[in-house]
Amino acid sequence: MTTNANRDQFRPEDHPNDHFLLTTVVGSYPKPKWLNRAKELYEDPDHEFDADDWAEAKDDACRLITDEHERAGLDVVVDGEMRRNEMVEFFAHRIEGYEFNGPVKVWGHNYFDKPSVVDDVAYDESWLVDEYEFTADAAERPVKVPITGPYTLANWSFNEAYEDDEALAYDLADLVNEEIEKLVDAGARYIQIDEPALATTPDDHAIVGECLERIADNIDEDVRIGLHVCYGDYSRIYPEILDYPVDEFDLELANGDYEQLDVFTADEFTKDLALGVVDAHVAEVEPVEEIKENVRKGLEVVPPERLVISPDCGVKLLPREVAFGKMENMVQAVREVEAELDAGEIEVPATSQRSPADD
Amino acid sequence: MTDLVATTPGLFPLPDWAKAELSDLKGHQKGDLISGDEAPELQDAYDRARTEVVDAQTDAGLDRVVEGQLRWDDMLAHPLAVHDNVETRGIVRYYDNNNFYREPVVQDDLTFDGDVAAELDAAAEQVDDGLQAVLPGPYSLADLATDEHYGDETEFLHAVADFLAGEADAFPDVETLFLLEPSLVENAPSEGLDAEVPEAVTAVADAVDCEVVVHPYWGALDEKVYAHLLDADVDAVGFDFVADHEANLYNLQEYGATDDIALGLLDGQNTLVEEPEAINERVDWVFDNLPVAEFDTTYVTTNTETFYLPYSKFEAKVEAAADAVALAETEVQA
Repeated sequence: MTTNANRDQFRPEDHPNDHFLLTTVVGSYPKPKWLNRAKELYEDPDHEFDADDWAEAKDDACRLITDEHERAGLDVVVDGEMRRNEMVEFFAHRIEGYEFNGPVKVWGHNYFDKPSVVDDVAYDESWLVDEYEFTADAAERPVKVPITGPYTLANWSFNEAYEDDEALAYDLADLVNEEIEKLVDAGARYIQIDEPALATTPDDHAIVGECLERIADNIDEDVRIGLHVCYGDYSRIYPEILDYPVDEFDLELANGDYEQLDVFTADEFTKDLALGVVDAHVAEVEPVEEIKENVRKGLEVVPPERLVISPDCGVKLLPREVAFGKMENMVQAVREVEAELDAGEIEVPATSQRSPADD
Repeated sequence: MTDLVATTPGLFPLPDWAKAELSDLKGHQKGDLISGDEAPELQDAYDRARTEVVDAQTDAGLDRVVEGQLRWDDMLAHPLAVHDNVETRGIVRYYDNNNFYREPVVQDDLTFDGDVAAELDAAAEQVDDGLQAVLPGPYSLADLATDEHYGDETEFLHAVADFLAGEADAFPDVETLFLLEPSLVENAPSEGLDAEVPEAVTAVADAVDCEVVVHPYWGALDEKVYAHLLDADVDAVGFDFVADHEANLYNLQEYGATDDIALGLLDGQNTLVEEPEAINERVDWVFDNLPVAEFDTTYVTTNTETFYLPYSKFEAKVEAAADAVALAETEVQA
């Protein structure tokens, strides 16, 4: 069987099957209700619940969700982003050059604190090293670190200081590179760059590519770097994105019922595919059989050794028990598909398309 | 000498307290958005928010005061989204922004509604003079909607125009009507339909007895679209000099303009607040670059709606526009 060292460094020693399809999550996970309550108490100036109490609550939540991911059987876990409020705000608070002026509308009564870049961005305190070290210590399994990508950090901010968003994105990419170097020094082996803004402005795929060149610069090749993109027209960025210096693309496809799968089979998918197999915005747990069918869709694009399985996107908007149910069924589905691959019961279209000389 | 008028295209952000209060009252899902028949406590919250944005404009010294369109959850698609014969479906992207609205699907005749007139009636009670109405232009509203009733894009455009004319006809006395037409830039009308746009715009303009400004934004109009638009019976066409000053200047130089003009000179989508002096320099730049620049009235405005901004920055933009015009008038007198 062909192997893939970059991915297989995360294979558990006691993995039950010969085949291995790595299971993981995109990142965010529903916060326990008590954590939201704790935050309210912390933000209430009249309450004695203080900064230490709030830090302890976040630590507890991080341990809890990391453990919940392990109980679901995931091979690579995340802390569910328990310490993060929102994917741009969290980072903007840690980068010099940003300021906040209040919430802005996204749609209806959904708002976010869209920050303004008012000066050259600069690296100040570490963003994620403490979070990574804590989670790695709490986890039995390997830990992935999701980071909001520089293009999204630029695109979803007001730009008061730079000539254009491209210049801002490149400066931010250098900061992300600095952060990843620190994370790698701390032991991180699996980094995921989240670039949802790419889906909204697909014509900018070259800018995202240049950002990733800066991000990957001087990072050890053994460190796995993934890129998460979601909710867009992939035909406008594929196959161009195959030139990006990343090991894996994590894609949302279950939500659109794999209508866009053809996009990725038209040109050979030369990277690892992290395939979304459960919908992050439907509050019903998909049955194992349905998820198995979705997993097999991935085998139409890549052979098993280059397939990773995850939900479509962060699952933070789901009820927690639904999120757990989806993870649990996802892992079970994957282990069953692996066993069927071992038994030769599943044909792998992505392998059979290729001539032996390609390997 | 042109009469400088400080104004905005409306569609303001809600004050922060109203964001919190209304999201608690209404909820966060698409079924929770505005329906047109709000419960009394919702109406009360919107009334208080309206008063606040009217006061913000009056205190800043704007020459035209809008209602604020704070109820327009679906932005420019609002007049259709609340219509009885229109079904709202999934959430769709609002132009190229990270903003979304409910797709309005027209199912039956676009009969008179009166929703926007009712808002203006409420605003009229608080504005002594200079009240400005805001509507989507007929082309943009048709572009934002899906037609499952009229069946033909020209017929649909004119049906939307007739609907907007009916709404405008019910307005209280207003000084100015802004018709916002970003779709003329973002999704320009096809050959044939572009020639229908002036008639559609004129139908709405003729329904009111006030100055009418058609304001396209997010760039410049294609030459042909612009040339056609000048055939509409309106007082002013607007130009987004923030997004594209060169192409807009080219249109003005090549094809001339209406008797009045609206200049989008403040960025409605960036928190960087322009200095009044800088705004006036931009006005001068436009006039200096035109062979003949004898406009009766020049509206100075943000290029786009301002709901993209945090509330405090919206207030600062309104003040900057008003201060720029006040400063220019002082300089003329001195």
